[in-house]
Amino acid sequence: MNININNLRFTYPTGLEALKGINLTIDSGEQVAIVGQNGAGKTTLVRHFNGLLKPTTGSVSIGDWETTKHSTAKLASRVGYVFQNPDEQLFSRDVLTEVSFGPKNLGYAKEKIDELVKRALSLTELNDKTETNPYDLSPTWRKMVALASIIAMDTPSVIFDEPTTGQDAVNVGRIAHVIAELKKEGKTVITITHDIDFCAENFERVIALAKGQVLLDGAAREVLGQEEILAQTYVDPPQLTRLGKRLGLKETVTRQEEFISAIARRA
Amino acid sequence: MAFVTLQNVTYKYPLTEKPVLQNINLQIQEGEFVSVIGPNGAGKSTLCYALAGFVPHFFKGEISGEIEVDGKLSSKSTLDTWVLNVGLAFQNPFNQISGAKYTVFEEIAFGLENIGVPRDEMKKRVEDAMSLTGISELADRSPYSLSGGQQQRVALTSILVMRPRLLVLDEPTSQMDPIGTREVFGVVRKMAEEGMTVVMVEHKVEWIAEFADRVIALKEGQILMEGKPNEVLTSDLLTENGFGVSRYTSTAREAKKQGLWKKQNLPVTLDEAVEGFKK
Ligand SMILES: Nc1ncnc2c1ncn2[C@@H]1O[C@H](COP(=O)(O)OP(=O)(O)OP(=O)(O)O)[C@@H](O)[C@H]1O
Ligand SMILES: Nc1ncnc2c1ncn2[C@@H]1O[C@H](COP(=O)(O)OP(=O)(O)O)[C@@H](O)[C@H]1O
Ligand SMILES: [Mg+2]
Ligand SMILES: [Mg+2]
Repeated sequence: MNININNLRFTYPTGLEALKGINLTIDSGEQVAIVGQNGAGKTTLVRHFNGLLKPTTGSVSIGDWETTKHSTAKLASRVGYVFQNPDEQLFSRDVLTEVSFGPKNLGYAKEKIDELVKRALSLTELNDKTETNPYDLSPTWRKMVALASIIAMDTPSVIFDEPTTGQDAVNVGRIAHVIAELKKEGKTVITITHDIDFCAENFERVIALAKGQVLLDGAAREVLGQEEILAQTYVDPPQLTRLGKRLGLKETVTRQEEFISAIARRA
Repeated sequence: MAFVTLQNVTYKYPLTEKPVLQNINLQIQEGEFVSVIGPNGAGKSTLCYALAGFVPHFFKGEISGEIEVDGKLSSKSTLDTWVLNVGLAFQNPFNQISGAKYTVFEEIAFGLENIGVPRDEMKKRVEDAMSLTGISELADRSPYSLSGGQQQRVALTSILVMRPRLLVLDEPTSQMDPIGTREVFGVVRKMAEEGMTVVMVEHKVEWIAEFADRVIALKEGQILMEGKPNEVLTSDLLTENGFGVSRYTSTAREAKKQGLWKKQNLPVTLDEAVEGFKK
């Protein structure tokens, strides 16, 4: 099911207008990264997808549901959102209860719940931590719990708000694996990230937001190659893209294989 | 004499079974910018707490060995006096906002107010610090209605403004945008050049290599390796132990196998990579 955003504007109660007219369509099964400066409006935008925020003007629809016409509880069956700050999301006394909460709440059958929870725990490698209180875990593992509790809900779309923040290389690899698995299942994955190399390696489409508006939107390679425009929203191209540019390679490269074959051709 | 000395420091939290820091020996010179890297759970934050006095004075637990900063022993000091010399930016900035203030400006001024800095000087210092971290336009906003990265900048600024002799930063750029991250590394570098001693936990190796003087790789509570950034960050030992490396390093390592990287040393920074790959 598509996500449609029409002329979305949003003003916080403080009077700050965080989104200034956003138009986007995200197709079912797409893997989309959202990048941009701190305060650009990334979190504000995605919080509209599961109804945590409602448009001041304009509209957001998830499939045939317009978010203003449905409760957040109902929207949760279509869109799962992993918070930027896991502490706003987690409330259970142990990891297993936390991860089971979402699928239980959606009213799935017991066998399905067990299966979904088991899979979410193994994808995030939390199997040895099921009895731990999330607050006894480090912030990085709390984020993995937050992730597991959303993927266990098996929603057609999932949103990750800065999933790799503070994670080590091994956990970043786990998160990339989760995204690849969700993709195989045909799910829509929308991820906010400041890790541009991670973005280049795991997403097909990139949206750059700047000051509440869409600055760039397109195939990862095209968007991530636009050094000057990206700089307007404080984003650098991926490391290998910068390197390719400095070396005068004609094509924009983003990943290791491409870079090495470009260098081999040149040699 | 070193400005910071850790001698045989071993520490265990009240509830952990094994020591979280084991036999840490470390010396840091005044004005040095040291970066600490390591996987999740390696003990990076605990090391930060130890330097900042929270371990053991706040967390309790069992500690042995000595921690000395500017000639004073942590074991013979109280947290109140220790924090006058050492500033810590916590890993989770959400926990750091004092809750006592209505605006970002007041939040950042809070610490200076507490130590009785005169009003005019305070205003100037807060404004300077906010402009360094790029948050001048947030001055009148509420510290609670900020984006994650903005909160992190506020937390960092409220430490920088105190101008501690030892600045301890626990993943200060984890939620910052890419160019903002690079700018923060630059600000920290400048502080070190002005004589501040800096310990910064980070994952962003490209910028560590560009800006830090020395890297300490921590694993399972022990120092696995330390040395010059390029030397540590390109070593096979780190890769074998699951540490992250820059794309320049991993790509050159692969290119080397195919005869496309001819230098002895691998690159960590863009300039090093350009130097080795250019025709
Ligand atoms: N609860 C709130 N009340 C008022 N303003 C807010 C609130 N949350 C965010 N804002 C403001 O809205 C704008 C967009 O914030 P948002 O959190 O969407 O940014 P972001 O792109 O996710 O940034 P970051 O990369 O730092 O997470 C910013 O100016 C921010 O200060
Ligand atoms: N307050 C605490 N009480 C008990 N154990 C803790 C506490 N903080 C951290 N630990 C444990 O100490 C070890 C090192 O953690 P930490 O210093 O946070 O590592 P890092 O910052 O490298 O991820 C981990 O096993 C962690 O679970
Ligand atoms: Mg955000
Ligand atoms: Mg830590």
